[in-house]
Amino acid sequence: MSHPVIDVKGLRTSFKTDDGEIPVVNSIDFHIKPGEVLGIVGESGCGKSVTSLSLMGLVPSPTGKVEGEILFNGDNLTRASESKMRKIRGNEIAMIFQEPMTSLNPVFTIGEQLTEALRIHRNWNKKKALARAVEMLKQVGLPRAEELVREYPHQLSGGMRQRVMIAMAMICEPKLLIADEPTTALDVTIQAQILELMKKLNKETDTAIMLITHDLGVVAEMCQRVVVMYAGRIVEEGDVHSIFRNPKHPYTVGLIQSVPDMRVKKDRLYSIPGNVPKPGSIQLGCHFAPRCPHAMDRCLTETPSLKPFENGQQVRCWLYEDAKGAGKHDSAIS
Amino acid sequence: MLSYTLRRISSLIPVLLGMAFIVFFMIRAIPGDPAQLILGQQATKSSIEALNKELGLDRPWHTQFLEYLGGIFQGDLGMSLKTKTPISEEIWPYLAATIELSVVAMIIAIIIGVNAGIISAWFQNSWFDYTAMVLALIGVSMPIFWLGLMEQYIVSLQWDLLPTTGRDNIRDPVEAITHLYLIDTLLNGRVDQFIEVIRHLILPGIALGTIPMAIIARMTRSSMLEVMRSDYIRTARAKGMKMFWVVYKHSLKNAMIPVVTVIGLQTGLLLGGAILTETIFGWPGIGTYIYEAISYRDYPVIQSGILVIATIFVLINLVVDLLYAAIDPRIKYK
Repeated sequence: MSHPVIDVKGLRTSFKTDDGEIPVVNSIDFHIKPGEVLGIVGESGCGKSVTSLSLMGLVPSPTGKVEGEILFNGDNLTRASESKMRKIRGNEIAMIFQEPMTSLNPVFTIGEQLTEALRIHRNWNKKKALARAVEMLKQVGLPRAEELVREYPHQLSGGMRQRVMIAMAMICEPKLLIADEPTTALDVTIQAQILELMKKLNKETDTAIMLITHDLGVVAEMCQRVVVMYAGRIVEEGDVHSIFRNPKHPYTVGLIQSVPDMRVKKDRLYSIPGNVPKPGSIQLGCHFAPRCPHAMDRCLTETPSLKPFENGQQVRCWLYEDAKGAGKHDSAIS
Repeated sequence: MLSYTLRRISSLIPVLLGMAFIVFFMIRAIPGDPAQLILGQQATKSSIEALNKELGLDRPWHTQFLEYLGGIFQGDLGMSLKTKTPISEEIWPYLAATIELSVVAMIIAIIIGVNAGIISAWFQNSWFDYTAMVLALIGVSMPIFWLGLMEQYIVSLQWDLLPTTGRDNIRDPVEAITHLYLIDTLLNGRVDQFIEVIRHLILPGIALGTIPMAIIARMTRSSMLEVMRSDYIRTARAKGMKMFWVVYKHSLKNAMIPVVTVIGLQTGLLLGGAILTETIFGWPGIGTYIYEAISYRDYPVIQSGILVIATIFVLINLVVDLLYAAIDPRIKYK
């Protein structure tokens, strides 16, 4: 097995507030292998975006604090200096964001913004960088790339801008691309195109992708492995087939059930009752217990640990305390 | 862009006509007879009438106004009642003095104000931020005359560092060519007097520049704070860009749009509002010129002086509008 591109161990990101230090991401572990697409799934507010910002070293200081280990190229990024992080950002780890409409600077041309990373990290001159930018725009499937580099973001549609964002992130051929809800703000047809593009780039360049999303359809389409997060913790992890065919954690089950199925006509769509707890509001036990249909007394007082299964799946749930293999509680859940 | 500029300039004509009209009547609404003032208390009624006839003040107002307007279009601003010289010849040295002082004041205000605002926003809630904003608050609330007198008292009298009044070393004057002394001294190759002129400009420049500086600093800070929270700043950071460039390139250009408006307005205000500073520092500027004309009921001078200031004000606003388009590509003039 090849070395993981990034290996996160016990990552804990907390923010100082008036009510004390509140952990938003709580001791999570995961790794991404070269060329792999890892999906991170969860509802809004479960700590997905904070995880990605922690990896980029962009958690706002001094209010935010990142602890644990983020191993990348043998360095622990949580301890890396700002100048070291700057050399990694945009060069070895790049990121694309949810809002293509506001993620590009309105007062600089596309070309200017695309070439910046090359000029920072590779010290290329303007001409050389611009040629590469044009090439990159073509690679992400944008027409008339030569003219596009002289245009401003407001002249582009949302889908085009997200392509520009992807081109911008990929221009230095990073080892890892973090995509934070890259398709959420786009039309469905454009979404498919963008996902297709990311898949293509992933195959061509062998860049690993950490895909953050709340859309299980996107995960099924793109990812090899999935990490399900709930309230700052990983509740389930496994390869995409096991997770979809055989979800174990009641939260994952709920998530999958809440995807509407065209073949079945229902009066109401399924939704998990309740809301994601506010960070810092849960103290003891399983974070999902208040919303869980299978909650037991134990769930409210003791925090379960991630229990591994033979097929590589891991679950944080008391239901599986004694379970050896998959399937035991399937009937109980569905 | 060119056609927009031309159209904007032509649209200034009605504005300036209106200005001329308002000024013409407001001055005549002030009680007091110019002929009486020129001839003194002892003047006979017949001599006053004779002078009024000579000055053309006995004719109906519309004749006077049309004649005045006709003159303006030929570059004739009328004749001073007091000095009997054409105002168009007389006004420039005064205007030049004010322009020189205002430009220096604005340069001081912009350089210090913009940078203080930027650094305050960059290090929000730091000691620099607090100090700068308290100073800015003091700056906007400071009466100019008090600041000017304090400068003279401390810097000139106590420390003997800089001259108290005037524009240059009057014992050894330089031949006036443009009446902008900074330029005249250099044209004459007189470095010693050039330095003298700068020394004379510092104190009134600071006195006049303090309020705009404080306003610009506060405006820059709030504008920068807003911009620095935006998504595209996060994108710029994710590229691995140095914070300095994130602030001074990506943030500043966006944040300058409202700041440019304020700078334009403040520059316009300085031209007319320099009278206090001019009086304290014995600065022979346009404010002093008009002030003296008012106490003398020198109608043509008041009219033309105000008209000249208004014209400059309107032109500055035009420049501001054109600057918007230069900064923000989303603004396109059709």
